[in-house]
Amino acid sequence: MSDLIRKDPRKDWILRNRLHPLHEQVAAEMNGPAAEVRGPSGLIRRNPHAVGFIGPNGIKRIDRLGGSAAAAAGAKREQKEEQLPIIAIDAPQAYVAVVVDMPNGELSAHDKDVLGQARALADAAEDTAVLAVVFGPVKAALGTEANPDHPLGLAGVDRVVVFDSEAYQGFAPEQQLEAMLAVERTLEPAQWLFPDTHLSGNDRALRLAARLGERPIMHAWQIKNGKVTSRGGSELTDITRELASARILALASECAMPVDEARYEARVIASPAVPDVLTRIKDAGAVAVDPNQISLGEAEFILSAGNGIHDWDQFHEAARVLGATEGASRVAVDDGFMPRFRQVGATGTWVTARVYIAVGISGAVQHLQGIGSCEKVIAINTDAGCDMVKRADLSVIGDSQEILAALMAKVQADGAADGDEGKHDVA
Amino acid sequence: MMLHSKLSSNPAKNYTVATLVSVGKHPKSGRPRRSDQDSKALELALNMDNRSVHVIHAGDSSDPLRQSVLREYLGMGLERIDVTRQNANSDAVPALVERLKMLQADVVLTGSRAESGEGSGMVPYLIAQALGWPMVPAAVEVTAAGDGEFEILQALPRGQRRLLKVRAPFVASVDSAAAESRQTAWASGQRGQLQEMAIGSNPDEVMSQVTVEPARKRPKRIASAKKAKTAADRFKAATAKSASKGGAILVKESAEEKAQVIYDLLVSQGVINKKK
Repeated sequence: MSDLIRKDPRKDWILRNRLHPLHEQVAAEMNGPAAEVRGPSGLIRRNPHAVGFIGPNGIKRIDRLGGSAAAAAGAKREQKEEQLPIIAIDAPQAYVAVVVDMPNGELSAHDKDVLGQARALADAAEDTAVLAVVFGPVKAALGTEANPDHPLGLAGVDRVVVFDSEAYQGFAPEQQLEAMLAVERTLEPAQWLFPDTHLSGNDRALRLAARLGERPIMHAWQIKNGKVTSRGGSELTDITRELASARILALASECAMPVDEARYEARVIASPAVPDVLTRIKDAGAVAVDPNQISLGEAEFILSAGNGIHDWDQFHEAARVLGATEGASRVAVDDGFMPRFRQVGATGTWVTARVYIAVGISGAVQHLQGIGSCEKVIAINTDAGCDMVKRADLSVIGDSQEILAALMAKVQADGAADGDEGKHDVA
Repeated sequence: MMLHSKLSSNPAKNYTVATLVSVGKHPKSGRPRRSDQDSKALELALNMDNRSVHVIHAGDSSDPLRQSVLREYLGMGLERIDVTRQNANSDAVPALVERLKMLQADVVLTGSRAESGEGSGMVPYLIAQALGWPMVPAAVEVTAAGDGEFEILQALPRGQRRLLKVRAPFVASVDSAAAESRQTAWASGQRGQLQEMAIGSNPDEVMSQVTVEPARKRPKRIASAKKAKTAADRFKAATAKSASKGGAILVKESAEEKAQVIYDLLVSQGVINKKK
C-alpha cells in the first residue's frame, strides 16, 4: 500500500492555479524548497526546479512577467503617471535655432520631428540649448518662468523667442526675415533648422540663406554620423555631405524621433529689437476658392455621400452652403449619382481631409482605409451599429435629410457660409 | 480664366518678362525633358498681356540631347532663347544675374525647384538677393494691375489661394499648381534660334565635394515599438489601430440640437468661419 503513488487532485489543482491563496504553500511543499532561500553561509540559493508552475496540460510554464499579466498591466499604468524628468540648461553657450511652423498656434508633427533632431544636435555639443523661434500667437499660453508642461517644453525646447505682433501675421516674409536676422545678430545660433514645408519653413530657410550668403541643405531627411543626406531634384538622387558644411538646414518630416523621455524648460526670452522693414510684398488676403475645384486628395473639408442619401439636390446644396468638397462612397458612384473621380476610399481616392463628414455611409473597409488619415470624422447615419459610427469622432443618428436641413439653416442664420459672392474661378 | 478684368479697362504699359528655363529630368525615367515648373512659368509669361518675353537659359548646352530640350521650349511659340553657355557643374546664378542686369527686366519668372542636380530652390532667392528685388514664391497667376503694380495669386497647401500685390521689378517662382503648359510643336522648335552668349562660368566647388547616389527608399517609422519593454507591449504596438475608439454618439436629441453639435465642431476646427 505504501509503494502506491498517491496523488492529491486538490493539491494538483491548487498547484495549477497561481491565483489560489494556498498556491505558494503547496508549491513549496511539492517542489521542495522555495525558489529563493538564504543558505547557511548567507548567500541566496536558487532552486531552479521551483521556478514556474505546471500548466493544465502538464507542461511547465515559466511566467517571466513576474506575476500575472494583469498585475504587469497595472504596473505599467503606474509608470505612466510618473512625471518625466525636467532637464534644464542654465547658462547656454550656444544655440540650435528651430523656426517652428506652428500652424494654428500648435506644434505640428513635422515641427516635433525637427525639434527632436535639434535636441539630438544640441545634446551632442556641450551647454547648447534648443531655441524655438515662433512667428504668430501660441495657442497654449507661455508663462514667464519655465514651462516644462507646455507643448514646447515637452517637445524639447529650452528657450523660446516669440514674434507675435501684427506685422508677422499672414504672409510677411520680409518682416520675418528681419526678425531672424535680429536673432542671428544677438544669439548667434550654431545652426538654423527649419521644417521643409511649402511656403513656411522652406521659404524662410531660403530667404535667410540668401541674405546671410550661406549655402543651405534643403530637403534633408537624415542626419547621421556627422553627415547629412538630402534628396536631390526630381527625388531621384540622395546627396550626402558633411553636417559641418552647412548652418541652415530644411528637414523633411520623420527626419528624427520626437522628444518623449524628458521635459525641457521652454523659457521665454526677450525677443530682440527688430527694425521695421519696408514691406514690398503686400498680402491682400486669402482668395475664396470653389471647393469643388480642389482635388479630392488635398481637400481640407469633405462632405461625403453614400447609399443613405435620397435627396441629392439637397446634398449638393449642403456642400455649397458649408463650403465643402463633395465626396462619395462606391455605392453612390456605382448607382450613377456621383462621378467616379469623387469616390473616396481604397478603390477611389485616399483623402487627407482634416474634417470629413460621412452622410449615410455605413463604412466599408475600403472606405475606412481611404479616410485613414482624416483627423475628425463626423458620421450622420440611421444605423447606430455601423462601422462608420465606430470610427467617427462624432456620430449623429437620425434622418440625414432633416439633419442636413437643420445644419444648413444654422450656417445660413449665423452668416458663416463662405457663399460664392467674391469667389474667383481659379481653375 | 483671368483673375481680374481691370486689365482691359486700364491697360498697363509694356513691360519685360524674363523667364529662366532649365533642362529638367523625368522623375521616373530620368531622361532630360522640358522642366515641368519652368514650362509652367513660361506659359504664365506667354499668357500675360502687353508684355515682351525673354527666355534665358544658363547651362551646359553643348550636348545635343540638352539642345533638343531647349528646342522643346522654342516649340511653345518662341523665336529665340538666350543661352549663356556654362561649363558642366558650374554655378549658373552669377551668369543669370549678369544677363538680367543687361536685360533690365521688370518681372523674372522661374520654376520653384530644379529637376536635376541639388534642386534646393535657391536660384530665384539668390537672383532676387543679388538684384535687390522682392521674391514671391509659389505663384500660379501674375497679372499687371497698372502703374507698375502686379497682382500675384499664390498657391497655398490644400488647394487654397492667396492674393499678393508687388511693385515691379520682382522675381517670382512658379508652383506646380499653375496652369498646365501648352504643347510644344516640333517644327517651330526647329525654326527658333538658340542665341549663344559668352558669359564666364563659375565652378560650383561645394557640389564637387558631395557624394551623389541614387535615392534610397526612406525607412518607415515604426510606432514606438522600440520603447515597448515586454513582448505584450511590442505586440500591441505592432497591431494597434490608429483609428479613434469612437466618439460621442447623439441619438435622442432633436435634429436642431444635433446640427448645433456638428456646427460647433466645424467652427472649432476652423473649416467654417463664424462671421462676428
